[in-house]
Amino acid sequence: MDLSYEVKDSYAEIKAAGRLNMVSAPKLREFVADVVASGSSRIVVNLEDTAFMDSSGLGALIGCLKAARQAGGDLRIAAVQPQVKMVLELTSMDRVLTSYATADEAFGND
Amino acid sequence: MTRFWTRVVVLLTVLLGINYIAWRWLASLNWDAWWIAVPLVAAETYSLIDVMLFGMTVWRLKIRKAAPPPPADATVDVFITTYNEPLDLVMTTALAAKRIRHPHSTWILDDGARPEMRRLAEEHGLGYVTRSEDWKNMPRHAKAGNLNNALMVTEGEFLLILDADQIPEPDILDKTLGYFTNPKVALVQTPQYFSNVPASDPLGSQAPLFYGPIQQGKDGWNAAFFCGSNAILRREALMQLGLVGYVKETEKSIRRALAASQSAIRKARKSADSDNRLVAQMLDEVEAATLEARRQLDDGESLSEITYRVRRKVDQAVQALVQADVSALQADLEEIAAMELAHVGDSGVPVVADDAVQRMSARDWSPLGAIESVQAVLDALSVERTGEAQPVMPLATISVTEDMATAMRIHGMGWESVYHHEVLAYGLAPEDLATMLTQRLRWAQGTIQVMLRENPLVQRGLKLGQRLMYFATMWTYLSGFAAVIYFAAPIVYLLLGILPVTSLSADFFIRFIPFMVVNQLLFAIAGRGIPTWRGQQYSLALFPTWIKACTTAARNVWFGRPLGFAVTPKDRQTGGPSWSLIRPQIVVSVLLAISSVVGIARLAAGMSEPIGTLVNVAWVVFDLVVMSILVRAVLYKGFEADGFEEGSGPENLPAEGLIEERKTDGS
Repeated sequence: MDLSYEVKDSYAEIKAAGRLNMVSAPKLREFVADVVASGSSRIVVNLEDTAFMDSSGLGALIGCLKAARQAGGDLRIAAVQPQVKMVLELTSMDRVLTSYATADEAFGND
Repeated sequence: MTRFWTRVVVLLTVLLGINYIAWRWLASLNWDAWWIAVPLVAAETYSLIDVMLFGMTVWRLKIRKAAPPPPADATVDVFITTYNEPLDLVMTTALAAKRIRHPHSTWILDDGARPEMRRLAEEHGLGYVTRSEDWKNMPRHAKAGNLNNALMVTEGEFLLILDADQIPEPDILDKTLGYFTNPKVALVQTPQYFSNVPASDPLGSQAPLFYGPIQQGKDGWNAAFFCGSNAILRREALMQLGLVGYVKETEKSIRRALAASQSAIRKARKSADSDNRLVAQMLDEVEAATLEARRQLDDGESLSEITYRVRRKVDQAVQALVQADVSALQADLEEIAAMELAHVGDSGVPVVADDAVQRMSARDWSPLGAIESVQAVLDALSVERTGEAQPVMPLATISVTEDMATAMRIHGMGWESVYHHEVLAYGLAPEDLATMLTQRLRWAQGTIQVMLRENPLVQRGLKLGQRLMYFATMWTYLSGFAAVIYFAAPIVYLLLGILPVTSLSADFFIRFIPFMVVNQLLFAIAGRGIPTWRGQQYSLALFPTWIKACTTAARNVWFGRPLGFAVTPKDRQTGGPSWSLIRPQIVVSVLLAISSVVGIARLAAGMSEPIGTLVNVAWVVFDLVVMSILVRAVLYKGFEADGFEEGSGPENLPAEGLIEERKTDGS
């Protein structure tokens, strides 16, 4: 999984490309923790290029949400692909993590 | 009586042959020229073994009386296999098959799936079979696959298999089904005879020695070969073969998967993510499950249970992993909720339902999918034989000559076979050298494939005699290498004066000549007047084909390289004489001729002795006469339909009308 981030006006965008699975989940956790530690706690994870997510990947996303909240910010997701959307709905996590169409819209209202 | 004399001559041949070859090895080798002396004596030893195997074959020559009447209620499917042959050729055969007197169903097995063929079959009330959906994106296995596919959609107790060009007699079943009253008989093979071959048979198409003394001899050892067409098979035997093969293949692939699992797990551990706790845990679980499976396999437990248990164990581990992920996630959510109640809303922390955990554990979403190599191993631990179109493959698919491989397995399971020595179908032989060479190459390649994949000498279930009968045919196809040495030896002597034997004295002649004489006598007696010269010519003259067959088949079996396999075209190829097809033979012939001239010149100049020169020039003349057949073959323009008087076949050709019809069609 390829991870990259870019600090925008009011948030940091993390792009996750590839499969978010048991192997790559710890990398995402670490990556987000580093971003939070560097001072950006308002985070959008752009899942545009994430075609697949398993339970470990989902666990990592929620773990990252916790880290962002603990730092006083929030974590939102954008551009969710069909399989990821199915996982979110199946586990009711769509009630915790709302998916926005684009990264820009995620923090658009606040 | 003939049998007695055949055996006497066999014994004489063996005794005199061993006498000669032993002397050659022990007392005659010219070690100063070991580079030609040793290959030559090795080639001669090869030939002696060949003759001994032939002697063993005809030792038990079996001349059968007519079969008993067919079992009254026997049901028969007649299969006509086709791929790209002209439609009228196929239909001529199919309509003749329909006219077979014994009750039966006729099926056209059209591997070309031609709509027009289907229409013709329907129009004439014939069965029509093409490959089922299961064959999509699967190995097709040529004719064997075609037959295996048809076996699944038909139900006759017996199967008559006909190539598209083999026009059957109406009484073919009446004359052969009776053998099956012996419940152990699985196969009845009849000769393959070609109606478009002149008496001179320039392409060596008829195989009177094979469809005669050789098959009759093999029959005596209960090892008559299945030759792909004009044969009747018992479905029960084929199905048994398919099932046994299925179990064997499945066990093999499970063993392979289990063996691969260790290295896949080791590799996954070594990879960059080895510090990932979840991954490590998963790998431990999978390793424990596969080690357990190996133990169970060695203890002889059933394959389905072993694979089922591995899957269950791995599934449970996956589910535990998913459950752990979900629990951790749930704990995170609780913490988030504790931090700031308002965000989570009135309904509280969402709970992940059990069925969601189940779904997340399924094969397609499983976290184990992250370790692809391990997942692949686990997928291979199945009893579904996922790499083939159908789990049960009755006809062997290990060779392009599925017939020989299939027969060997049938014999290996204890079934019996029959060779019925009476022409009951009339086929079409290739009418040009190119097609003929392709066909011979294919047969040779297939035979060598079987030898390398399932060497008859070590097949359990085969009796010693059967092993040697199969081995004899394979051994024959190695003759190309010996031929090269036989050409080289006289050239070396005539050009350089180097003799591979210490001297051409009386010692040589008193051992060699008697052996040669009984050798020829053996073929004459065993052959009982059938023409064998054409066959002898081609077995030597096609040496490049035999060598190519050996090398390509070995590359195919050992290194998985393609054979360059082509279906034998049944219609004539057009174009002028193609000398390029026999370039190696032309080169060798020219070399032989030049060396004769040089040899005679050396003799005139007193540089060599008369006896050596005489023997070697005679040898060259023999080689050139043998190879002269190729000139006729290249110039052969195909069969001229000018009546049957020149045909070498049986006096009355009952399928005559049909053959006539086929000729006027111009096909």
